[in-house]
Amino acid sequence: MTPARDEYDVAVIGAGPAGLAAAALTAKAGLSTLLLDENQGPGGQVWRAITTTPVQDKTLLGKDYWAGKELVEDLRKSGAEILQGATVWSLDRNLEIGISVGGGACLIKAKRVIIATGALERPFPIPGWTLPGVMTAGAAQTVLKSSGLLPEGRTVIAGQGPLLWLLSAQILRMGGKIDLVLDTTDKRNYRRALPHAAAFITSPYFLKGLAMMREVRRKTRVVSGVTSLVASGEGHVESLSFEAKGKKTTVPVDVLLLHQGVVPNVNLAMSAGVKHHWDDIQLCWAPELDGKAETSVPGVHIAGDGAGIGGALAAVARGRVVARAAIDALKPDAGASLPSAADLKTAVAKAEKGRLFLDLLFRPTKQFRIPSDDTIVCRCEEVTAQDIRDSVAVGATGPNQLKAYRRAGMGPCQGRLCGLTVTELMAEARSKTPEEIGYYRLRAPVKPIMLSELARLPKTDEATKAVVR
Amino acid sequence: MITRADAIIVGGGIHGCSTALHLCLRGLRPVLIEKDYAGRHASGVNAGGVRQLARHIAEIPLSIRSMDIWENIGDLLDDDCDFDNHGQVLVAENEEELDACRDRVAELNRHGFTHEELISAAELRRLVPAVAETCPGGIVSRRDGVANPARTTTAFRRKAGRLGATVREGVAATNIRQENGLWRVDAGGETFEAPILVNAAGAWAGRIAADLGEPVPMKAVAPMLMITSRVPDFIKPVVILRGRKLSFKQFRNGTVLIGGGHLGTPYPETNETVLDWAKLHESAETVFALFAVMRNATIVRAWAGIEARMEDDLPVVSRSSKHEGLYHQFGFSLHGFQLGPGTGAVMAEMITTGKTNTPINDLAIDRFTGRSAV
Ligand SMILES: Cc1cc2nc3c(=O)[nH]c(=O)nc-3n(C[C@H](O)[C@H](O)[C@H](O)COP(=O)(O)OP(=O)(O)OC[C@H]3O[C@@H](n4cnc5c(N)ncnc54)[C@H](O)[C@@H]3O)c2cc1C
Repeated sequence: MTPARDEYDVAVIGAGPAGLAAAALTAKAGLSTLLLDENQGPGGQVWRAITTTPVQDKTLLGKDYWAGKELVEDLRKSGAEILQGATVWSLDRNLEIGISVGGGACLIKAKRVIIATGALERPFPIPGWTLPGVMTAGAAQTVLKSSGLLPEGRTVIAGQGPLLWLLSAQILRMGGKIDLVLDTTDKRNYRRALPHAAAFITSPYFLKGLAMMREVRRKTRVVSGVTSLVASGEGHVESLSFEAKGKKTTVPVDVLLLHQGVVPNVNLAMSAGVKHHWDDIQLCWAPELDGKAETSVPGVHIAGDGAGIGGALAAVARGRVVARAAIDALKPDAGASLPSAADLKTAVAKAEKGRLFLDLLFRPTKQFRIPSDDTIVCRCEEVTAQDIRDSVAVGATGPNQLKAYRRAGMGPCQGRLCGLTVTELMAEARSKTPEEIGYYRLRAPVKPIMLSELARLPKTDEATKAVVR
Repeated sequence: MITRADAIIVGGGIHGCSTALHLCLRGLRPVLIEKDYAGRHASGVNAGGVRQLARHIAEIPLSIRSMDIWENIGDLLDDDCDFDNHGQVLVAENEEELDACRDRVAELNRHGFTHEELISAAELRRLVPAVAETCPGGIVSRRDGVANPARTTTAFRRKAGRLGATVREGVAATNIRQENGLWRVDAGGETFEAPILVNAAGAWAGRIAADLGEPVPMKAVAPMLMITSRVPDFIKPVVILRGRKLSFKQFRNGTVLIGGGHLGTPYPETNETVLDWAKLHESAETVFALFAVMRNATIVRAWAGIEARMEDDLPVVSRSSKHEGLYHQFGFSLHGFQLGPGTGAVMAEMITTGKTNTPINDLAIDRFTGRSAV
């Protein structure tokens, strides 16, 4: 299956909450809309496998999960063209999009592009994090949702953030076993977050979050105030040492799930030339956006967690704001029957309520973001924290020079697993801000494509002309 | 306050860095000013081809001088720059192309150059077993090879710094002027002055030359490259097809670099480039058709660098035709990486002794600006 046309009014990239909401709205307004998503079904990460999951007992994955179904149905009725299993590997300032789908590649154009590629888990570079048996909570959740499989053996979940508790609750409800939950939330964060608690208490996340934490604490052992984590083992993780309240403990472990929050997935936007800045509260890069979530590249908008972490409800609301902006630009008449831009913005504000509280509470501590000594930072090229400090000492000033010194970030993950760590580590080593240090310069293809696919790229009329010229 | 130096070099590509280093070796204290960081542009992102093969006769002497330095690059820079010399091979895909190769080698021989050798189908197959059975031969330049461009440029910059060059990165040279017989340049909050100014500003050099009264037909271009995932070892030398826009090489780690001169769009003002996938598709199509081992490879990354291209595809390596103490070193037209070490040596020689034994007359700026008084 390939896109039906060469050109669309709107191309939406990513079928998570933001993308689903945006595509449904632009299509309903009569704009030719293409929704592209690399997964086999819609839903993104929160609603992964929403149309196919074998876990059909609704209490297990929870009400918030099943809320996704309605949006998917809404989208299907909207007239948008939906391409699943379609990987976008390139986007440029001319709004040309490179797509791989069904073993072939093609280029299409759009008048507006909405990037809704969501979030990635923040790297969690502790000693031993590259051992087999250590994985991210997000990866475990993907398996759980799409195939109903649970971690096997002695399982420890370590880190912080809403997803940590959600995953723990889901595993336990499904009859899985968790031996230990290690909470790395910095005690001082409670004090910092407290002034913003009022907004959070009235947000929809408050009661749910509280209930979930209680549920997990009831069913398994939770240690809070964890200040250090070291995984070790020969060829596979065998034990985990941790420190809490000055006390060191070592436990045997077969599966270690790590998570310390999510950050915007910036790769596609950055490779298209979208300007980003360092967000000092969320400790990550975020795109520079105007009131319509339009980026520094005209015609390219970003919605959802890719615009700064806001969660699923905010993503839906932001998706609609962006859709409205695209409609106003391309087909202003169609806007009359839609919710007003002001109402849509109010909905965003409501959904984002309490976010600052969560950001401050779950702001990961330095020792879990900026590793020391021989801890591996770049997994693809096996570059350690010490290697990076050594490169700084001999003159590397930023992540892009590190490529020349150490090949860091040049592997297949294109910096997704090390980029933030490298920026923060170099900033610390050079006594600069992350903003001054910058990020890897990202290049297309943002996801590898087969040489054979590129070789068979169909020639559009325009491309043929360009070559002849 | 104005800081005095022996020479000011604008541009920290391989050319500016090499000239800085060679001036240090001759006892001068230059200052090198780079608006981004050394190797940020063409010099750090090129294909790394260290090639004498298939060069215009006018630049062969410079290329040969460079090659002598490349072969001992580790001694000069205390860094081997990942330099490998498995040769470069030009492949003729049919008899007509082979005839052209034969004429080319004969012409070089008439000029006294012997680095290019005509090879038979059998020798071609020995050097490049993966090449199609039907290819009747080609040319080899056996001393050629590849190096890691970012690492090399950085190594030049570091060694120049160690030998006493002042290096300023992240600040542009602005307000370039001649006052009281000295060149003055602002860089960030600082001002430098020196009797010598070297314009090694790559794709931005044409503007600098024009502002100083020497306009030249140069434009910024954006040659593109792609690199694949690792594939089994199948090729040692760099391979260039005579009849198509394709060159490629396999690195020690198994990845394959595919290039050949297809151009994207440069935006020199913002340091950006936009790739042209329709043209990269052509390269992929050719590789796919010619090399079965590449068929399951994936493209991991593609990029373009911003490079200066002269109308006649030859660089400008000369003193100014207008101003005392001004030197130009730019316009390398997609093949200046290999020339970096030698050109720096020649520039330093010209600057300190007033002449050079390496013939570079055909590369002078006055081929565009006309001869004049200096
Ligand atoms: C994709 C690609 C592949 C290539 N492959 C090969 C190859 O295989 N073999 C080969 O021999 N050549 C190759 N080349 C060509 C080669 O890279 C260039 O010819 C060479 O690097 C030019 O070096 P340079 O120092 O003149 O320019 P640059 O490397 O561009 O350096 C010029 C520097 O000047 C700086 N600058 C500009 N204006 C100012 C200012 N006002 N103040 C301060 N700094 C300034 C710029 O930021 C830049 O860093 C390739 C080029 C590209 C782009």
